[in-house]
Amino acid sequence: MSDLLHISSSPHVRSKVSTSSIMQTVLLALLPATLFGIYNFGPHALLLVILSVASCVATEAIYEKIVKSKLTIKDCSAAVTGLLLALNLPPTAPWWIPVIGGIFAILVVKQLFGGLGQNFMNPALGARCFLLISFTGRMTNFAVPENAWGNVVDTVSGATPLAALKAGESVDLMSMLIGNTKGTIGETSALAILVGAAILLATQVIDCRIPLTYIGSFAVFVLLFGGHGFDLSYLAAHLLGGGLMLGAWFMATDYVTTPITKKGQLVYGVCLGVFTGLFRIFGGSAEGVSYAIIFCNLLVPLIERVTMPVAFGKGGKKS
Amino acid sequence: MAFLTFKGGVHPYDGKELSKEKPIVDFIPGKELVYPLSQHIGAPARPVVQKGDHVLAGQMIAEAGGFVSAPIHASVSGTVTGIKRVLNNVGNKVDAIIIENDGQYESIPEEKTESLDSLSKEEILNRIRQGGVVGMGGAGFPTHVKLSPKEPEKIDYILVNGAECEPYLTSDYRRLLEQPEYVIGGLKCILKLFDHAKGCICIEDNKPDCISLMQELVRNESRIEVMPLKTKYPQGAERCLIYAVTGREINSSMLPADAGCVVDNVDTVCAVYRAVMEGHPVTDRIVTVTGDGITQPGNFRVKTGTSFAELIEAAGGLKEPVEKIISGGPMMGFAMYDYHVPVVKTSSAILCMKKDPVTEAEETACINCGRCVSGCPAHLVPSRLATYSEEGQEERFVKNNGMECVECGCCSFICPAKRHLTQSIRSMRKIVLANRKKPK
Repeated sequence: MSDLLHISSSPHVRSKVSTSSIMQTVLLALLPATLFGIYNFGPHALLLVILSVASCVATEAIYEKIVKSKLTIKDCSAAVTGLLLALNLPPTAPWWIPVIGGIFAILVVKQLFGGLGQNFMNPALGARCFLLISFTGRMTNFAVPENAWGNVVDTVSGATPLAALKAGESVDLMSMLIGNTKGTIGETSALAILVGAAILLATQVIDCRIPLTYIGSFAVFVLLFGGHGFDLSYLAAHLLGGGLMLGAWFMATDYVTTPITKKGQLVYGVCLGVFTGLFRIFGGSAEGVSYAIIFCNLLVPLIERVTMPVAFGKGGKKS
Repeated sequence: MAFLTFKGGVHPYDGKELSKEKPIVDFIPGKELVYPLSQHIGAPARPVVQKGDHVLAGQMIAEAGGFVSAPIHASVSGTVTGIKRVLNNVGNKVDAIIIENDGQYESIPEEKTESLDSLSKEEILNRIRQGGVVGMGGAGFPTHVKLSPKEPEKIDYILVNGAECEPYLTSDYRRLLEQPEYVIGGLKCILKLFDHAKGCICIEDNKPDCISLMQELVRNESRIEVMPLKTKYPQGAERCLIYAVTGREINSSMLPADAGCVVDNVDTVCAVYRAVMEGHPVTDRIVTVTGDGITQPGNFRVKTGTSFAELIEAAGGLKEPVEKIISGGPMMGFAMYDYHVPVVKTSSAILCMKKDPVTEAEETACINCGRCVSGCPAHLVPSRLATYSEEGQEERFVKNNGMECVECGCCSFICPAKRHLTQSIRSMRKIVLANRKKPK
């Protein structure tokens, strides 16, 4: 026995859940979508996933080495960023896209603002938007690699289902649900994403507040302003298409960039729904999830300020 | 059945199976007993004995030092060997009367009461005061003060707190099971003081045997009801308990009486019964000695003044190596650096842990996950309050209701980044309170 007893301020017990266990659960929950994406788009997609994760983790390690701060790659948060970034890339992206994206996500968006917990926008989405602006052509080329393992259904114009929908073409809802359509590596299969979401919900890593208010308010927006009236298959195409499912369950729920207050999370979800609707229906591009999320990330401090909870016993009257 | 509860809270491992099935054992104390003069909130008691005096068990050895104070009684017969400064269970040095036990256990005659009806309200209160009854759940607030609110006719709930939401503790559980008549009897004494009140015995649903036993025993009592509560920490915190049962909320600037409630712990209610009906002052209490670092966990009826060290020996001793010994439960108890301290009126448990999860856990950056917000029974944002505290932002801390914190420990428990949230908030609360006391 060490001769001295430990003393510390209460409480003397701690929950088993830790930052790294949460991040590991998120990685696990992303696995169905990742595996489906790799199956769907072939070995190049696998390469992109590996490069993206490696780039993020390496950037974090090197940066922390240079500034001589504590190495935090073990908390797996950089790996989560890398995987999310990869899932947001088109399957034809050249190898250096995830490398640059990973460096941007970790170095610029995360570490320069103070590391884990301090970034004001989602690193993976920040990097995706950076790549979209810098390399628009490569980032919007949703052609299917030739050696793909899956059997991707093509649309008439060869576009993603969402772009086809915007152009007024018909889309196949069933294939959008299963995921054998065009799109980024991880966004096509609503089913695989929902399996992952179920894992996150079951392990209480996330709750339904943000995803459901997001998807719900987006659905209302589409019904009101989509120009198709009460057309359920049009609505379903919007819900299943593009990055909505991946965004709503995995990126809009990123702790660091969402309000900490419970009411704020509802407000945030509604904002996301409205902005996604605005961008998709009235914007120039077919997709709007990424921009909506990083834009709403910026609103978080404001939302938190107006949604601070009322302390127990402080409701009603002033004391 | 829908159980009563509150918003927030956490579910720590409860560890109660270690000592739950162990009946209460009477513990015979050793040679020397130590009675700190401050075993309660308020003014310390004033010694009324001197070195060399012979005292009997149950004899008052220190009188109340004011209205908010309580007398202290010898728990054994013997000789006063002096008044010394000793270490207490929360790490302070305090004055204490030392008595050498003569092993005779000769006690002063007790003034029993045949029937509660023969006593007036004043007599009941007087007996409670003279019996040195204080809140035995841990706070140690003098019970006669609690039972003398400004407007007693406005009290409509007497809550007997049998939640025992602290993990590992089983003393209230054993008491409810083994001496339910004391609990009901004590509650009746208190009800006699409040004509418009209903008595509620509040028990968490992890003690179904207690709930059904109590329900059976109060079947014919028109003024007493058993309230099953959802098992969740900190269900037994005063504010949470009041809300769960009555739906009323109180904040830090209010007393339970402002919500028409009086809340007393199970052991306190038993002490009330013994003081009022048997004329027996507080000289013992039930202590759970438990944890994975104890050879034979159990529940003991312990005379106040007994050393923790003797009690640990009685429970088979420590299973070395032990990293941490706590007075009280794991959520709100005090870690001790030396366990040669006396059992006082508020000592509910000794918890010995082989591993200390606090020093093992490495603190990392806050990821804003909001678990502390979900867990906070005071509906605060602990992660932000802790940051304000660490940055010394006193004003912002107060503005964001930091003073509403009850220091229950839920936030630190639940934090995946293992931040010491409760500790940070507690420090700032102390600073704010100290600054408020400073003359302007």
